Amino acid sequence: MEAFTKLNGMACPLPLSSVDTDQLIPARFMKRSRAEGYGGFLLHDLRFDEAGAPRPDFPLNAPERAGAQVIVARRNFGSGSSREAAVYALVDYGIRCVIAPSFGDIFASNAVNNGLLPAKVTEADGESLIAALEDGAHDMLVDLEDCRIVVGNLSVPFTVDPVWRTKLLNGWDDIDLTMSQADAIKAFVAADVQARPWAMPRRGG
Amino acid sequence: MKPRTLYDKIWDDHVVDEQPDGTCLLYIDRHLVHEVTSPQAFEGLRVAGRKLRAPQKTLAVVDHNVPTSDRSKGIDDPEAATQVAALAENARDFGVEYYNERDVRQGIVHVIGPEQGFTLPGTTIVCGDSHTSTHGAFGALAHGIGTSEVEHVLATQTLIQKKAKNMRVTVDGQLPPGVTAKDIVLAIIGEIGTAGGTGHVIEYAGEAIRALSMEGRMTVCNMTIEGGARAGLVAPDEKTYAYLKGRPKAPTGAAWDEAVRFWDSLKTDEGAVFDSEIRLDAASLPPIVTWGTSPEDVVAVTGVVPNPDDIQDENKRNSKWRALDYIGLKPGTKITDVTVDRVFIGSCTNGRIEDMRAAAAMVQGKTVHPSVSAMVVPGSGLVKLQAEEEGLDVIFREAGFDWREPGCSMCLAMNADKLKPGERCASTSNRNFEGRQGFKGRTHLVSPAMAAAAAIAGRFVDIRDWK
Repeated sequence: MEAFTKLNGMACPLPLSSVDTDQLIPARFMKRSRAEGYGGFLLHDLRFDEAGAPRPDFPLNAPERAGAQVIVARRNFGSGSSREAAVYALVDYGIRCVIAPSFGDIFASNAVNNGLLPAKVTEADGESLIAALEDGAHDMLVDLEDCRIVVGNLSVPFTVDPVWRTKLLNGWDDIDLTMSQADAIKAFVAADVQARPWAMPRRGG
Repeated sequence: MKPRTLYDKIWDDHVVDEQPDGTCLLYIDRHLVHEVTSPQAFEGLRVAGRKLRAPQKTLAVVDHNVPTSDRSKGIDDPEAATQVAALAENARDFGVEYYNERDVRQGIVHVIGPEQGFTLPGTTIVCGDSHTSTHGAFGALAHGIGTSEVEHVLATQTLIQKKAKNMRVTVDGQLPPGVTAKDIVLAIIGEIGTAGGTGHVIEYAGEAIRALSMEGRMTVCNMTIEGGARAGLVAPDEKTYAYLKGRPKAPTGAAWDEAVRFWDSLKTDEGAVFDSEIRLDAASLPPIVTWGTSPEDVVAVTGVVPNPDDIQDENKRNSKWRALDYIGLKPGTKITDVTVDRVFIGSCTNGRIEDMRAAAAMVQGKTVHPSVSAMVVPGSGLVKLQAEEEGLDVIFREAGFDWREPGCSMCLAMNADKLKPGERCASTSNRNFEGRQGFKGRTHLVSPAMAAAAAIAGRFVDIRDWK
């Protein structure tokens, strides 16, 4: 996984609350292989009209937001379905950080597993960031080492679970880490077979 | 020892390793896999040359994108067919038991787990699907995970987790006639909001929860994620054991007796502390209908569409206006004046035998309204078979319902079952999000009996007055 330390990139405001993962990627696109990339499906039904034409009033479609790497949204971003495809759509589009006052639990862990930073800010700071972007700011600095976001003269702190922060900073892969604990897992299973013999599945039934 | 909650106990039983920062490696007893959120996980294993840590603790089934029409001649949609074939291949290559689209045991992953006795109290269960919370009805710690985590569980049979907070929702008293488990959980979400349970595991308790059947408890736990909590739990009791005993994968003989003794010890201890507590009175609950595009947008069937202008917070007010605009309703409209074009009875929320019976009881001897297209999608092949043995399919068909093959179907519209733009649906599923049941489709979440009555009347009706 690509490490995340500091990002200086185009930011786009998305002043909506509870952008659920069904919005981030409608289910009908999840039958596709990711080989072609999911970026085109990101927020599809908000970005495009029935004929498939971009909606001019949707923030991500503004020409000056082309190449956005950061999204600033309102509370409860990524609620709903556990589909990691929602994160794939963001990442494949080029987004590396979403800033919001709160996130859906499953979305946030999926994000971190793909090197996408879910940065939590206070409601007030979130509104200030959205206002700054709507007033014409474009570039945003997201510094994971200092947990700080800077846009123009505005500088606000953000929070992220410390374990997730370490993982993102180092670009660690969970499976590699867990594989190094194979002996502990083996010992757990050996004890568990004695403690909960009924929990061993009956194959075939 | 400090008094512990049901969640604390299951958690403690599964900790393989704990780091000083509280990060734990949690052992996973059961892993359910379906065709949509697993391909990349298996691909990751292949690329890294990894095997499954415990294939016998994994069960695979197709449900999300399979058509609910006759499947005996294959699947027409090439994308769906490819994804289904990939799961079959992955199951074969990695040694996982798999129910294909023609297997009578096939069905929605959260219906078949309990049905097969794969779901057991006191176990940890995960699946790449947020409604894995359903299995909490059995006193299992069960929650949805993403595809990276699916790969992690396949490879290691563990998950890296931090412990969540404890929340208890107590539902006292007795449900009035016509009010169901679905109404309980919609009322709870209306109360706490869609982010109210974020970071928590919810234990459901109280007289009304105890009185629910296992099917009803599954309906409540299923929608826990709609309140933001990953997992919901109900302490196992005699009903749980009666449901599970004799199921194909449930323990037998001495192992069963030992299991029951263990399960009896799982109840939350007297004096255990919850980080937050909510109380509801079942006796005061009405049949509920959602009016907006979030499961928290609930109103009594006797009520009217609320006026967002009554909301103080500007962002919230705007978002509710947006919801009304999408759903095509005006404030003040009586819910019983809202007409429907489609009715969907099914899903992991309400696709079990009890749901089929409740819906059939409403429609017996009646006819679907001429302007309504109504479908029933059983949650599994075994639910379908049972319903047909009871003659429920005949009741539905004679009333004008479409009786379909099992799967997720129009709950998330990945197959051909979807709303057309602007169509309004009374649905027994779990999400009324924009576009969930089809592009520009409008969803109202209700109980099976309410959906069935809406199919007959062509509009929402208070089933307490149903004749």
